[in-house]
Amino acid sequence: MNKLIASMRIALRALTVNRTRSALTMLGIIIGVAAVIAMVGVGAGATARIQAQIQSIGSNLIMVSPGSLSSNGVRLGSGAMASLTEDDATAIATECPSVSAVSPTVRGGVQVVYGNSNWATNAQGVTPDYMTIRDATMLYGQFFTAEDVDAAAKVAVLGETVAQTLFGDSDPTGQVVIVKNVPFTVVGVLTPKGQSPTGQDQDDVILLPISTAMQKVIGANKANAKAVSSLMVQAIGPQAMDQALQEVTALLRERHRILPGLDDDFTVRNLTEVFAAQESSAQVMSILLGAIASVSLIVGGIGIMNIMLVSVTERTREIGLRQAVGAKTRDILSQFLVEAVTLSLLGGIIGIALGLTASLLISHFAQWSTKVSPLSVLMAFVFSALVGVFFGYYPARKAAYLDPIEALRYE
Amino acid sequence: MPAVIEIKNLVKDYKLGEVPVHVLKDISFEIERGDFVSIMGPSGSGKSTLMNILGCLDKPTSGSYELDGISVAKLHRDQLAEIRNKKIGFVFQQFNLLARTSAAENVELPLMYTDASARERHERAMAALFAVGLAGRQDHQPSQLSGGQQQRVAIARSLVNDPKIILADEPTGALDSRTSIEIMAIFQRLNRQEGITMIMVTHDPDIASYSNRNIRFKDGRLQGDERVAQPREALKDLEQLPAEQSEELESA
Repeated sequence: MNKLIASMRIALRALTVNRTRSALTMLGIIIGVAAVIAMVGVGAGATARIQAQIQSIGSNLIMVSPGSLSSNGVRLGSGAMASLTEDDATAIATECPSVSAVSPTVRGGVQVVYGNSNWATNAQGVTPDYMTIRDATMLYGQFFTAEDVDAAAKVAVLGETVAQTLFGDSDPTGQVVIVKNVPFTVVGVLTPKGQSPTGQDQDDVILLPISTAMQKVIGANKANAKAVSSLMVQAIGPQAMDQALQEVTALLRERHRILPGLDDDFTVRNLTEVFAAQESSAQVMSILLGAIASVSLIVGGIGIMNIMLVSVTERTREIGLRQAVGAKTRDILSQFLVEAVTLSLLGGIIGIALGLTASLLISHFAQWSTKVSPLSVLMAFVFSALVGVFFGYYPARKAAYLDPIEALRYE
Repeated sequence: MPAVIEIKNLVKDYKLGEVPVHVLKDISFEIERGDFVSIMGPSGSGKSTLMNILGCLDKPTSGSYELDGISVAKLHRDQLAEIRNKKIGFVFQQFNLLARTSAAENVELPLMYTDASARERHERAMAALFAVGLAGRQDHQPSQLSGGQQQRVAIARSLVNDPKIILADEPTGALDSRTSIEIMAIFQRLNRQEGITMIMVTHDPDIASYSNRNIRFKDGRLQGDERVAQPREALKDLEQLPAEQSEELESA
């Protein structure tokens, strides 16, 4: 250990003899490490943003929507059929073991009025299970209860966008808004979730008890009074997703009396899986950025090798003298290796600082979210040391195996 | 006195292209412990090659070489480095000091390759500098010292490991005559007081006359080997020189 510190000191002195040269050599490593840190930071930031969006739609989420309707050769889009009912939701909740919660949903566009301001938004009739399925939390007040649903109470929970538009920053709990000429008491406001992975504002919504929504606001389906727009199903865990998907499909086919071989009259989608694809593409981008930046690190390493070779040639006599007074092969080898590693580590540390600054600047000026993990900093540090060892080894070995007589005579 | 160096039938060939060049042709001699030997000969006579072999920097093609009882002719590169570190001190014509490095650190250099602690290295370096009359100059860099002082730093460096022998290759070659005699005074004192065996290559008969034994080489063979009848006393010679300003005062 003492020897290592001594060699570090010798290396530092040797490097300060040629300050400009050492600085220029380090510049290669500095740029390389800074590029890796900043690029991986940008990539990780993008990945994290997508992950947060996926989180925001809810965890382990399965969306069941009605199938398409085909009538006289005209095929209507998915959801056209009124095949899903509240009873389906209840059946799934009670009969599928891999399902933890189900919320039937009806949707419709509405105009929400408060005092003399109004706002067009999306109304959703849901049950209190919505909270757990969407991982929602409350900014103000409470979510409505199962009793509210049973009683078709005229209560509403606002998304943050709606609350902001109608009430500004103040707490709207207890205020009354008018939807389709029906007064609703605001009982709570949801914590904002931001954009969905598809870019929609998830906070531009007004939530009503499903019973109230069907009776008073959106209106029941004409073909089937109990039909709902979709079912949000939550599986008990990430591993149970496929199992839950199968159970829901089997149960719905049975309930809808679909004979084997015929198409489903509904669609079941694993939403988490759909958006996970986006996440993995962001990760690929982050790896690619890192790989491109690593190339500059390798170029920096070649710079170190170049300078170390020059340094070995310049100091041939010194090497010869050290050998004459008793330096062994490994003494000379370690001296030049330590020098190369000191150069690359110092460059690495400055590069890390520069990379952190760069990613701060990027997120500040370009408004990109960047995320520099301690792991990537550690990796950059270790990697720059490895670059020093790798590219310093050849020159160091060359020095260590010089013939002492030739070296002493070298002019 | 037992021999510190024993050489028997030493041969050294170099291969220059196809034809081998015989540089040392079957040389045998001994050097006694505590002797002061000068080696002379024209360039190309093989004396440098012999010094390299004596200094364990080179290996003989054949023959045996025992240094302080150890047969070193067949040792491995790193084993030779250890022998050099423990038993041999080198003094070169061009001093070979590390530039931009203080005198003390230059002297410490051989100790860097031992287990000595930093404090021990420093203390021994200071003692060696004192022994060559450079106490108080430990922080000077070679560029701040005169030629004679630089050579004295180099001698301190050769001393610091307590060597059995000091090998000096043209130690006065780059110095003026007065400084040369000062160096000889140090050599004689180390030889007599510390009992260190001194072996010195020189082409200057005046310098050789300070040694106790003179070996002459020609064409790779021993040409002459005789005791010096009356070695000159460097200290006395210095006194008789005109009262020139000594280097000490010049650069102080």
